[in-house]
Amino acid sequence: MLVHDTALIYGRYLRQSLRSRFALLFGMLTPLLYLLFFGPLLTGLPLGGKGSSWQTLVPGLLLQLGLFGGLFAGFTIVIEKGQGVVERMRVTPVSRLALLLGRVLRDATVLLFQAVLLVLAALVMGLRAPLWGVLIGFGFVALLTLSLASLSYALGMKADAPQEFAPLVNAVSMPSMLLSGLMLPMSLAPAWLDVLSHFVPFRYLVDAVRDAYVGSYAGAHVLYGVLVAVGFAALSVTVGTRVFRRAGA
Amino acid sequence: MAAVISAAGLARTFQTKRGPVQAVRGIDLTVHEGEILGFLGPNGAGKTTTLRMLTTLLAPTGGTATVAGCDLRTDPVGVRRACGYVAQSGGVDAQITVREELVTQGRMYRLPKAVAVERAGELADELGLTGLLDRKTAALSGGRRRRLDIAMALTHRPRVLFLDEPTTGLDPGSRAGLWDLVRRLRDEHGTTVFLTTHYLDEADALADRLVVVDQGVVVAQGTPSALKLEHAGSIDASLQDAFLAITGRGPRPADATPIAV
Repeated sequence: MLVHDTALIYGRYLRQSLRSRFALLFGMLTPLLYLLFFGPLLTGLPLGGKGSSWQTLVPGLLLQLGLFGGLFAGFTIVIEKGQGVVERMRVTPVSRLALLLGRVLRDATVLLFQAVLLVLAALVMGLRAPLWGVLIGFGFVALLTLSLASLSYALGMKADAPQEFAPLVNAVSMPSMLLSGLMLPMSLAPAWLDVLSHFVPFRYLVDAVRDAYVGSYAGAHVLYGVLVAVGFAALSVTVGTRVFRRAGA
Repeated sequence: MAAVISAAGLARTFQTKRGPVQAVRGIDLTVHEGEILGFLGPNGAGKTTTLRMLTTLLAPTGGTATVAGCDLRTDPVGVRRACGYVAQSGGVDAQITVREELVTQGRMYRLPKAVAVERAGELADELGLTGLLDRKTAALSGGRRRRLDIAMALTHRPRVLFLDEPTTGLDPGSRAGLWDLVRRLRDEHGTTVFLTTHYLDEADALADRLVVVDQGVVVAQGTPSALKLEHAGSIDASLQDAFLAITGRGPRPADATPIAV
């Protein structure tokens, strides 16, 4: 039943995404702009990484994509609650967990699609990276999206209006991006900032993807990245499930 | 007649920043199979909260209730299979077509795909939506949108249909059409209909029996004629007079003083 219901909800929301092609591409506008107009500034700078500046920047942009795409996913459920769609689904016998999983799997699919386009654009700009590293990067984008979208939907279920939801998500997303070193590696940071960034989980993910992009798969960075990403996903999906299972507000 | 809904002491208290609010203090009621029950009460009386509890959307904080023999607390899935619910706001996505919403709804009730497609066609016929299956729901008029909301709730042929202020905002023609539909559901399918409304003419014309709530408890119940006789002195009195007498919210002396212009 869970699989049937999840597939049903996934299909409904994926068709919804495919209908609005504009929204499908709009989500990747910010990282794309960074790639085009910020990336070229870094090509001659010493970033402390092993490969080219693209192998440092592109992993950061991929996670930026997942970070913003995931965190803002719950916005749609605030709108749907206003339309009565959420309650209408909740009076059917459909699995509560499927209502969450179908949505977050849709988000992961859309973000992966955008991630592939972003990497293709990066190849044109000059990125060269091993195939396995690129695939590992996609894996991290998917896990990050699943995690953040689950938390975001949970928050969206609790929020009564978009005006409540948006400021909170904004307050989380910008510091997360800056403190995890998505744009430039934290190895360039003064000690206090470097220490602070270790308290932000996304720091471990971006370090792992940067290692993967230079072909180093077996180091401590990738190990820590996997542990943090999987642990964070388990925690987030648990939180999301609890909120979706509980009836009413 | 068999009871299809029975509630005893059903209550819900909300925890708010200003302390607990008792939205529903303890509802006792019985709804018989195949009747149209009008659930009346002033704004804030607890009508929607009661409806949300009976449809499993909100967990009660006190009391018990069964719907179609299933206990709200121990068998919410059984309750969901037996009832349909149309919220005040409706519940369709504006950008999706009528057909897709109806088919997806059928599949959420675990109908196989082919059956869900067939059922969508049947419902469209029955509710006068046939030519509109491929329109986006945003393109429907208010009356048609309301019929679609009801079609969604009828997908699984529920024994009990809950309608929360179904005719609010509809023109007189659409209202009359909706009354006919509700009567047809009772007469042809034996569906029990539990509806809330603020229109007392609607309650009078449509409901077999009325339950009046105020401040979270049942304050009166009976057929429209019985309530008029008991609370307004005559079966020829208006239901409005009876309602105002029951809820104690008749025109106050202050309202009678002329307003200075």
